[in-house]
Amino acid sequence: MPGASAVVNVVVAGLGGQGVLKASSILADTAFRAGLDVKKSEIHGMSQRGGSVSSDVRFGERVFSPMVPAGEADYLVVLAPSQVEVARPVLKAGGILIHPGLVDETRLANKRSLNVALLGVLARHLDLAENLWHAAIRAALPEKLHAANLQAFAIGRNP
Amino acid sequence: MPQDNSDRRLASGNEAVAQAALDAGVALGTGYPGTPSTEILEAFDALGGRAQWAPNEKVALEVGIGAAFAGARALVTMKHVGLNVAADPLFTVAYTGVTGGLVVVSADDPGMASSQNEQDNRRFALAAGVPMLEPSDSQEAYDFTLLAIQISERWRIPVLLRMTTRVCHSATVVQTKGHFAPPAQPPTFVRDVPGRVMIPAYARPAHHRLRAKLTEIAAWNETDGPTQVVDGEDDLTWEPSKGSQTLPRWSAAGEGGGLPTRLGIITSGISYEHVREAAPRARVLKIGLSYPLPIEAMRRFAASVDRCLVVEEGDPYLYEAARTAGIVVEQKPAMYRFGELNVGRVRRIVAGDVSPEPALPAGKPPELCPGCPHRNVFEALRDLNCIVAGDIGCYTLGVLPPFSAMDTCVCMGAAIGVGLGLRHALPPEQARKVVSVIGDSTFVHSGITGLVEMVYNPPATGHVLVILDNGTTAMTGMQEHPGTGRRLDHEPTGRVVFEDLARTLGIKNVLTVDPIADSEAITRVLREALGRDELSVIIARRPCLLAAGAIKIREKKANAGR
Repeated sequence: MPGASAVVNVVVAGLGGQGVLKASSILADTAFRAGLDVKKSEIHGMSQRGGSVSSDVRFGERVFSPMVPAGEADYLVVLAPSQVEVARPVLKAGGILIHPGLVDETRLANKRSLNVALLGVLARHLDLAENLWHAAIRAALPEKLHAANLQAFAIGRNP
Repeated sequence: MPQDNSDRRLASGNEAVAQAALDAGVALGTGYPGTPSTEILEAFDALGGRAQWAPNEKVALEVGIGAAFAGARALVTMKHVGLNVAADPLFTVAYTGVTGGLVVVSADDPGMASSQNEQDNRRFALAAGVPMLEPSDSQEAYDFTLLAIQISERWRIPVLLRMTTRVCHSATVVQTKGHFAPPAQPPTFVRDVPGRVMIPAYARPAHHRLRAKLTEIAAWNETDGPTQVVDGEDDLTWEPSKGSQTLPRWSAAGEGGGLPTRLGIITSGISYEHVREAAPRARVLKIGLSYPLPIEAMRRFAASVDRCLVVEEGDPYLYEAARTAGIVVEQKPAMYRFGELNVGRVRRIVAGDVSPEPALPAGKPPELCPGCPHRNVFEALRDLNCIVAGDIGCYTLGVLPPFSAMDTCVCMGAAIGVGLGLRHALPPEQARKVVSVIGDSTFVHSGITGLVEMVYNPPATGHVLVILDNGTTAMTGMQEHPGTGRRLDHEPTGRVVFEDLARTLGIKNVLTVDPIADSEAITRVLREALGRDELSVIIARRPCLLAAGAIKIREKKANAGR
């Protein structure tokens, strides 16, 4: 049967400037590198002026709508504690919430890499090869940030 | 099955349009920044295409028309409300037609993620008589841009490419096609006075030519257009269909063995994606060229199912066209005309569910950045108890607490005209409190003619215009404009100096303040200006906090090159 059952739904949420869109791009690129059909959706413009930001990533054999239906996210990655309750309605019953409390931020070489560290936590649950994550992180960021972000990813992935 | 990625890429709809424009050899891309269209020209520039920002969408379309008259391919981009500004040339270039392909992107914003209205620009295609293609994902954004150029050159007519927020800003997989056949000949001037000079004597036959072209395009759309019929799971389970030309008629519920009602859905654009997911059993007619419509294909489709529903975002455009043609279709309940569609809402539409939709928790609203130079200006306007005619940009956020210092916001440039109208009509003690506030890019876009009006029809109490000059088009993501003196690619070019412009037009009081360096200055000059029954232009100049670093580097580079 085509459609939702085979598709993995992830929502990344936070506040403008936290790297929500960067995180969703890295996730989408990783799934793309795995040869899957991928769609990623986000809203630009006024919402980015310090307000709530969220981005949907869906991947599988065939994805239709680019937006995760409410109550159907398998994973919700939240970068700001204040946004957990705002974003929670997207999560399905039994879905997994990944929040900043799951990462020891004092271990991060660069605090701004929290988004990538939380992707590391997400990676524990997903069947996407480690080398694809690394390639996507490198492709998304300037070279001077590679080391800090690969470290952040490792901290999330292997606590 | 996982696929090989050698000729695939993950691209937003905007990036896909840019890639197609490059592959098609588009000679010139022009437009005005506007969410959700902005990234098209930026991506076209990054890919090596010639892209430039125009002062506004009308000028952009006129430049595109000129390039297309010369035989070159041109791409003109704007958000939905930008097409209102460009409507004047659009309606008449439909008559003149073009030589080189002319593609006009209208990026609509259903749900108003970052817009002042949610107008449905499919109406413009019908009103102007301009063919319109509606992609539903990045692959179609790529394919339909190429198709738009083919249609444009085959029928010598401009073509609208209607994107929507989710198509523009969703990344989906795109397979590119590489090189595309170049124009038949390189740009050269071929005189065609009756074809391009729209005096009434030449425009009357031009209108007939336009209608004849549209009749041909409609016939092409019926047989060879980008229309798809997709069988639903019911088709696959019960009997294979033979494709769009031979649709088996399924028996109605209760007949022929009690099969359930066959549902068919007519849709287009992003709604198609939601429909496939929300109603996997339904047979779907997906329309690609939504003007002129493939009405007979729609009629055949509707006849092939028991129940035919139109699922479209925004206005009932497809529904009304079908009903006008006597096709029996259902439309979505009225409540779904508002806002974006999504899978959940399409499920409700299919089920006819009109119960109130669950309210989602409100997120944190946007706000002026901490340290934003506009903050001091809005504090001053608030403290002086001004009546503020505002405009479109980041600074519209001055309407929210703690400033609450904006009283009107209608469209690009309206601050000046609306402020003048208020001054004309209000009793003098209130009129003297009216201030027009406009951003730098918005001022260039459509505030200059308002300033001319201010000089030409000054209110008895004078007027005060504040230009918030932060040196960039901040709202849409830091684009250049004629007031920055840099082109789209940030290289130096001619600069419009607001002070010189205002003085040249005859404004007596032209003052420039830096609202950060001297936070008292803006209050002082505002109070003085409001106390005079004269015309004043106050330029509050300080670079946007987010753009200041890049601006400094670019200015340094420009000075070094001098």
